Amino acid sequence: MILAFDWTQLAQQIVIGLASGGVWATLAVALVLIYRSTGVINFAQGEMAMFSTFIAWSLVNHGFSYWAAFVLTVAISFAGGVAVERAVIRPVERAPVLTVVIVTLGLFFVVNGAARWIWSPETRSLPNAFSTRPITVAGVAFSISDLGTIAVSLAAVALLWAFFRFTKLGLASRAAAVNPDASRLVGVRVTWMLALGWGLAAAMGAVSGMLTAPALASFDQNLMQPVLLYAFAGAVLGGIDSPLGAVVGSLLLGVLINLIGTYVNWVGTDLRLPVALAVILGVLLVRPAGLFGRPMETRV
Amino acid sequence: MRSRAPGIAVWLLVAAVVLLAYLFAPRFISDFHSRELAGAGVFFIAIVGLNLLTGYTGQISLGHGALMAVGGYTTAALAVHEHWRDVWTIPLAGVAAGIVGFLIGLPALRLSGLYLALATFAFAIAIPSLLKKFSGLTGGSQGLRLLEDAPLQVTGLSGTVTIFGHTMTQNHFLYYLTWGIGLVGFLIAWLLVRGRVGRTFRAVRDSEVAAASVGINLAWTKTLAFALSGVYAGVAGSLLAIQVEIVNPLSFTFLLSILILVGVVVGGLGSLGGMILGALFVQYLPDLSTHVSTAEGAPDFIFGAAIIIVMLLLPTGAGGFLRRLARPLTTRLYLRP
Repeated sequence: MILAFDWTQLAQQIVIGLASGGVWATLAVALVLIYRSTGVINFAQGEMAMFSTFIAWSLVNHGFSYWAAFVLTVAISFAGGVAVERAVIRPVERAPVLTVVIVTLGLFFVVNGAARWIWSPETRSLPNAFSTRPITVAGVAFSISDLGTIAVSLAAVALLWAFFRFTKLGLASRAAAVNPDASRLVGVRVTWMLALGWGLAAAMGAVSGMLTAPALASFDQNLMQPVLLYAFAGAVLGGIDSPLGAVVGSLLLGVLINLIGTYVNWVGTDLRLPVALAVILGVLLVRPAGLFGRPMETRV
Repeated sequence: MRSRAPGIAVWLLVAAVVLLAYLFAPRFISDFHSRELAGAGVFFIAIVGLNLLTGYTGQISLGHGALMAVGGYTTAALAVHEHWRDVWTIPLAGVAAGIVGFLIGLPALRLSGLYLALATFAFAIAIPSLLKKFSGLTGGSQGLRLLEDAPLQVTGLSGTVTIFGHTMTQNHFLYYLTWGIGLVGFLIAWLLVRGRVGRTFRAVRDSEVAAASVGINLAWTKTLAFALSGVYAGVAGSLLAIQVEIVNPLSFTFLLSILILVGVVVGGLGSLGGMILGALFVQYLPDLSTHVSTAEGAPDFIFGAAIIIVMLLLPTGAGGFLRRLARPLTTRLYLRP
């Protein structure tokens, strides 16, 4: 019976899963960036990405091409992220963790409300970034747009990794995240490194949003909320303090959800996310700090 | 002991004022407003419960809205399918949600911080889809309608309720019911946290390793906190079902869990007195925002901005602020010979 199994469909479903997982990975990396610098999950990350997407939509509507709007939006989002950190996160830097979490929840309502205030709530669409033609590899037809999405999101993550690995600024911001006091002593401007982290996270979010929107026939101000859920789950699966873990976790989650939805009839579309979360929970019970996370050691 | 007498007198005075305010508030506010106050009472109960878990034991839950769903559906299913009278289902709703709370507390034995948050979050996300899946019991996405399907079981359908010879409107009854249960729940929580249980909770919150090394059973303490907190959420959910007379998957969204969390932090973690302010905040602020501007998106913007401003001004919530205000007073009362 194994011969009857449709390997073509399996390959296609895996690529589709990787494409959605790649989009989640960019947002998951944004979550990890902020977690490492500020120590909280930024609940507003998805809404900030949505706001960026709407900026891109406005730019496209004013005659920019998709890719010109893409670059411009990433730059604007970076500035926006830095501004948000300066305005509302800096004042609560020393407050209890949950206070900062609630501030990001407040930010969620503010950004969502602002987007509906500025852009009316009707649905809209972005042009497709890639050709919609399928491409055939080894007898299996894949959509170019899926492959392109995977490529762009992985490129964005790789660029970010290179920044942290090979530049002096990247080294400084890693140092600020690991040991703020010692970094301050050697002359790193720690608070600005946090702002940089927020800026980079907002830029990654923008990439994620602009990859999400064109794939949908139409979108509105709630488009990033499911993406945030998946990104959160992916980041936690990989280990919340590991960027590599976030990428691997999100890709795994994307493939897992797609395969479950395709092959397990009982699950259907409704139960996809709960089942995936249950699987993650099972993994976490075996590895409580995620796949790539470092277990925390406490000194009493 | 003499030096504690003034302190006790102050507490008795506060209790008397609260009791009088509870009894006579409906005389001064309209029928509609007592309905709104009853809504705030639901938040109050859930927030007091979450405070036991998050404020005192240090475990984060993003799933309290789902625990409220367990309570609400218990009440609705018993009223619609088994023809129980709605108010008598409240204790069972609390027990059901307490058991579920105990179960979601189990991963907490291994997970901490954000990983635990994900476990509770998974539960909150799963509940609406599960409710739709098991439609025989829950009515699917239609939900259960107490008013249409169990009219005999709904208290005060005729518009008035008579208790102990006093006749009152349904809304006034809902107010008394909710806040009566709320105040009893508050009292129980207060007795718990000032006694042995509260001390073990706080010990676990402040350092798990230190708590374990003085002989506190971490597993038992954490699951107890989850179960207790679940009972409060279940009762709150049951009261919500009784108030709105309908439950469906949309009554208990993730947003509800978020609002409860916002309420507990705004009220002040680890402070019971601030919880009333937290409940009033999440009940009234969204409405107040619509009074400022009704433009699309504007109320949400104002609500979010208010949350941020409160957190910037009062990083430890209203409770921490009150404590700071009262410190000169209380230290004086307690420490002077």
